[in-house]
Amino acid sequence: MALQLCDLDFRYGTTPVLQGLGTDALPRGELAALVGPNGSGKSTLFRCAAGLLRPERGTVALDGHDLSQLSQRERARKVFYLAQDTGARVALSVFDIILLARKSLHRGYALAASPEDTRAVEAVVEELGLAPFASRDIATLSGGQRQLAAIGQALVREPDVLLLDEPTSALDVRRQLDVMATIRAATRRRDIVTVVAIHDLSLAARFADRVLVMNTGRIAQAGAPAEVLAHEAVAETYAVGVHLEHSARGTLLVEPYIQVH
Amino acid sequence: MAATLPMTATATGDYRRRNARRLKLVLVGLVALAVALALDVSIGPGNLPLGDVLRTLVDPQSATPRLAVIVWDLRLPIALMALAVGAMLGLSGAGMQTILANPLADPFTLGVSAAATVGASVAIVFGWSVVPGAGPFIVTANAFVFALAASLILFFMTKLRGVSAETMILVGIALLFTCNAITALLQYRSNEVQLTQIVFWTLGSLARASWDKVGVAAVLIALALPFFLMRGWALTALRLGDERAESLGVRVDRLRLEILIATSLLAAVSVSFVGGIGFIGLVGPHIARLLVGEDQRFFLPAATIASAVLLSLASTVSKVITPGVIYPIGIITALIGVPFFISLVMSIRGRGV
Repeated sequence: MALQLCDLDFRYGTTPVLQGLGTDALPRGELAALVGPNGSGKSTLFRCAAGLLRPERGTVALDGHDLSQLSQRERARKVFYLAQDTGARVALSVFDIILLARKSLHRGYALAASPEDTRAVEAVVEELGLAPFASRDIATLSGGQRQLAAIGQALVREPDVLLLDEPTSALDVRRQLDVMATIRAATRRRDIVTVVAIHDLSLAARFADRVLVMNTGRIAQAGAPAEVLAHEAVAETYAVGVHLEHSARGTLLVEPYIQVH
Repeated sequence: MAATLPMTATATGDYRRRNARRLKLVLVGLVALAVALALDVSIGPGNLPLGDVLRTLVDPQSATPRLAVIVWDLRLPIALMALAVGAMLGLSGAGMQTILANPLADPFTLGVSAAATVGASVAIVFGWSVVPGAGPFIVTANAFVFALAASLILFFMTKLRGVSAETMILVGIALLFTCNAITALLQYRSNEVQLTQIVFWTLGSLARASWDKVGVAAVLIALALPFFLMRGWALTALRLGDERAESLGVRVDRLRLEILIATSLLAAVSVSFVGGIGFIGLVGPHIARLLVGEDQRFFLPAATIASAVLLSLASTVSKVITPGVIYPIGIITALIGVPFFISLVMSIRGRGV
């Protein structure tokens, strides 16, 4: 039971972005980290997988079923893509937007939210520690707080596939660890496929079950973090040297450095 | 777990309290609506005592024929028209602002009113009607058809190029300037009487009210408001940006087109009934946004009510400036609307939102 991308091609205008991109089966219950340079196509990959963009070729299959057969609403129920941009500054509270994410799972035109929905929102507010600012308008929050609220939107929908585009980029060190741990725990508990695009290789090594390295529209390397990050493909992709080391606490640390010739 | 529960219970409680407060504000708005209507009906040429007017409203049989005619045939259609047109412009403006993610969007900035003016001018200058047999309603009929045509052009152009908010605003502004140029051309080759008529049309006046028009407007509002509210959650999602809304399963393109059609219809009807009345579709939604926020379930009705109250008050003001003279309401809304609008914008900026 897994998510699998197969032979995806996509171009913006005439610029090819994904070129025959395929992945191994990404099993449920596992957290995969997607790493790669800026512009390598990570967000495009997510948009194609979520159905926001239609690839010219190739398939996205969940548990063996082609997702392109589903309506947009059905697909959005199974796959949730959280874009990097959390910038919308509107007069809606954190609670409002998380409830909105939950309410939009259902068909129908009911104006009021059900008690089940508000309970689900409460649980996520609790899980992410959003209570102190749950009633504040997102326009008045810091970038990190808005990012947490957006992660709340992702979790409350309980999707089968969670695609998170740099979910920790605006968070402080404590919140980064909290959020990654929460996401990993949710992945295990709900037995879902989670893919997190992330630039911090140490954070990727620490929380991911597998790492996908993306370069020029393809997956250049994939596998367990310690193996993949030690592979020359990573050094090649970023044009850096990579030094790996286990800390005294046993955590794998990744130190990229610029090689001087 | 038990120790932290009260915290989240507060979050839900806060949410419920906020909703209750928003609902209360909408209900207060309805009361304000009734007060504004009563005020509008009771003030006007003739200096009728307030008690007499209200008694005539409640019990027409008891009133003198003269009083009954003034209240029921002259004042009430105008006062109700003010409410109805305000409501239509407010809902239309609110819908356009939401789908275009732009607080400055309304039927005027997008050229719908300008197109209506072209239609009216064509009727006035050439006596040419697009609706055969429109008879005395030729100006209204033309204005309506042209306004609708402008919306259709907006609709098809955006469908052609992809329905982004930016495309729609650009096409709308292009329409606005084109229509203004055509109107200027028509004015240039019209005689003095026709010119006066065109200018009077562009001013916007409730004097064109009638019971028939009030009825049509009421039906339209009764259909449009539920149509918008049914899409309340999806429209709120749209406020978070196109991409997020799509991630949440909203079919953004279709939603935008549906709302565009509905807002255009509202704008076309109101402009063809009473001419161009500016600023209501901007200011009403702004007030609503300040009062109830962006949750469209509350924002859309609040914008509708706020705009109706505003136009009703403007109608009253248009009668009291010079006793015995009723100024065209378009002048009043622009004169009051502009400073009011600027103070609103400044106060929003002051709060850092």
